[in-house]
Amino acid sequence: MSRRIGAIFLRAMMTLLMVATLNFILFRVIPGDPASLLLGGARISVTAEQIEAQRQSWGLDRPLFPDQVVDYLSATVHGDFGYSFKFRGRHVADLILERLPATIALVGLAQFIAILCGVMLGVYAGWRRGGGIDHVATGASLALYSTPSFWLGMLLVVIFSTALGWLPGYGASSPGATIGFVAWLLDYLRHLALPVFAVALGLIGQYVVVARAAMSDVVTEDYMVTARAKGLTNGQMLMRHAFRNAMLPVVTLVSLNLGYVVAGAITVEAVFAWPGIGGLTVEALNARDYPVLQGVFLLLGVSIVIANLIADLAYGLLDPRVKQ
Amino acid sequence: MSNTSKNTTPPLLIVDGLTVDYGTKGVSLRAIHDVSFELRAGEAVALVGESGSGKTTTAMAIAGLLSPNARVAGGEVRYRGSPLPIDDDAAMRPHRWSETSVVFQGAMNALNPVHRIVNQIAEPCVLHGMSRAEAMARARELLELVGIPADRGAAYPHQLSGGMRQRVMIAMALACRPSIVIGDEPTTALDVINQAQVLKLLVDLRTKFNLALILITHDLSVVAESCDRVMIMYSGRIVEDGSVADIFAEPKHPYTRLLMDSIPNPAEGKRMLRPIPGDPPTLMKRPLGCAFHPRCPSAMAICATEAPHLNAYGKGRVACHLHNSLAPADKVSVNA
Repeated sequence: MSRRIGAIFLRAMMTLLMVATLNFILFRVIPGDPASLLLGGARISVTAEQIEAQRQSWGLDRPLFPDQVVDYLSATVHGDFGYSFKFRGRHVADLILERLPATIALVGLAQFIAILCGVMLGVYAGWRRGGGIDHVATGASLALYSTPSFWLGMLLVVIFSTALGWLPGYGASSPGATIGFVAWLLDYLRHLALPVFAVALGLIGQYVVVARAAMSDVVTEDYMVTARAKGLTNGQMLMRHAFRNAMLPVVTLVSLNLGYVVAGAITVEAVFAWPGIGGLTVEALNARDYPVLQGVFLLLGVSIVIANLIADLAYGLLDPRVKQ
Repeated sequence: MSNTSKNTTPPLLIVDGLTVDYGTKGVSLRAIHDVSFELRAGEAVALVGESGSGKTTTAMAIAGLLSPNARVAGGEVRYRGSPLPIDDDAAMRPHRWSETSVVFQGAMNALNPVHRIVNQIAEPCVLHGMSRAEAMARARELLELVGIPADRGAAYPHQLSGGMRQRVMIAMALACRPSIVIGDEPTTALDVINQAQVLKLLVDLRTKFNLALILITHDLSVVAESCDRVMIMYSGRIVEDGSVADIFAEPKHPYTRLLMDSIPNPAEGKRMLRPIPGDPPTLMKRPLGCAFHPRCPSAMAICATEAPHLNAYGKGRVACHLHNSLAPADKVSVNA
């Protein structure tokens, strides 16, 4: 058991090292010289001496391997992700940390709602396969699953913001000062509602499809016949024998999705002008702000590795067969 | 023990004209047709037949485990004199396991992979009225009874061998002290050594607790070692019923005879497997008359038009025009 956990952690560490290294290489093979970019790119004329001075001051004249890689990795380990090109002089880590709460609120809440609704609906649909709820849930889920969430987002804006005027369609707060924490929170939640539903609806479809498939498999297992033969009621069969077995594939999906909580929902954040990591990524892409992109990619990589780690550990708790 | 009226104790179980259909979207298929037999306390009966012959449907009906798409189209099952509500899932619940339990193929997937075996054995005891502590004590006692040390109870099914899993399944079947145990091919997935051991265990426990045993199998060697009586099923009907000794010595129905002949027996110089020509009929398309007549070497003209009744013959019963001195009464085809 403890050996398995040790192996899981070791594997996670190895993956993180590879993620960081790839992240380094990726931005070195992109065409364009960072030094000239820093000096304003091709728009203004600079002398070769100026470029060379920039290269020296940023350490770009030193060899890629081992000097630059080692520098990068050691800085990363120490939490130093460099400076943004666009937001001059600002630490990448600060920029990311500034945007992180908004993204966690958006995607975290959407995941929470989606897991709750999607898993319950999927489990029920799989349990009562062929029933009315199954048909409706399966049809609706496939439709939601295959709809791009930004399009859903625009639809929500058109209906609930433009036409009905119930909820704000963009940003995270109303213009003008709001006084007091409660007033601020209510305003924030009103702004959060539409983007959360845009993200959650697509995820619900995903969870329903997976939970239903898992449950339909479990229902036909021999041990369900044994459970019935023992005299269990349908509810007892579902809760004691079916649910835990059906949760195994769902746990995989949940933890993989949790990895994306910090990465934000790029398209939905763009639609709603939500000030999260997704928005930051789009801004950084437009400005060719490589250090910020590098930081965001690293964050995404790390969170997915951690989510996988959690999935591995959760599997061991849910399924005794995994422990060996 | 025999099925004849010489035995004065009333039968534990009476299956009377049981007919079960499976329905899917308006189409109704007859799985078993007019199945009648009696089972006495402590008696061991084998139900033998090919897949689709109705042996599993018969046994599952007795256990109250008909699937939701099954419909009892006729007849009834009486347990200790009173009819069982076999087509009412909720009403059958108290009967399940406490009166009739099933030894499923534990070596396969009949045990839940995520629960400890001792908990799985204790579960029905709690359901049928024991306290948690009593049930756990009972489960440990049962494990010892089937030859598994009680402290292995904390194991999960995947940590046990196929033979041990089947023993766990047997222990579980005995948990609520049932009167009838149904063995659903309990030795099929095991290797030969384990088969012999599991079968011996089942036979010993049956004697010890005076259990009535219904053994579903297609393996005639298993029947010879463990049962008093054997009923041969073909295409939803019982075609022959008699003591193991009688049927092995002198099978009456041509199907039984071919079944016996199909077993390789090197001692008699039969080294090759001799299959029965033709295929068993499907539920969708049964032949008129006797369902076996297209494959029967002794088929007569009457066999193609009239289904033979299961009539008393010698000490047992047989459904065949060759052995039918009485007038055939049933001119209706099975799928009518």
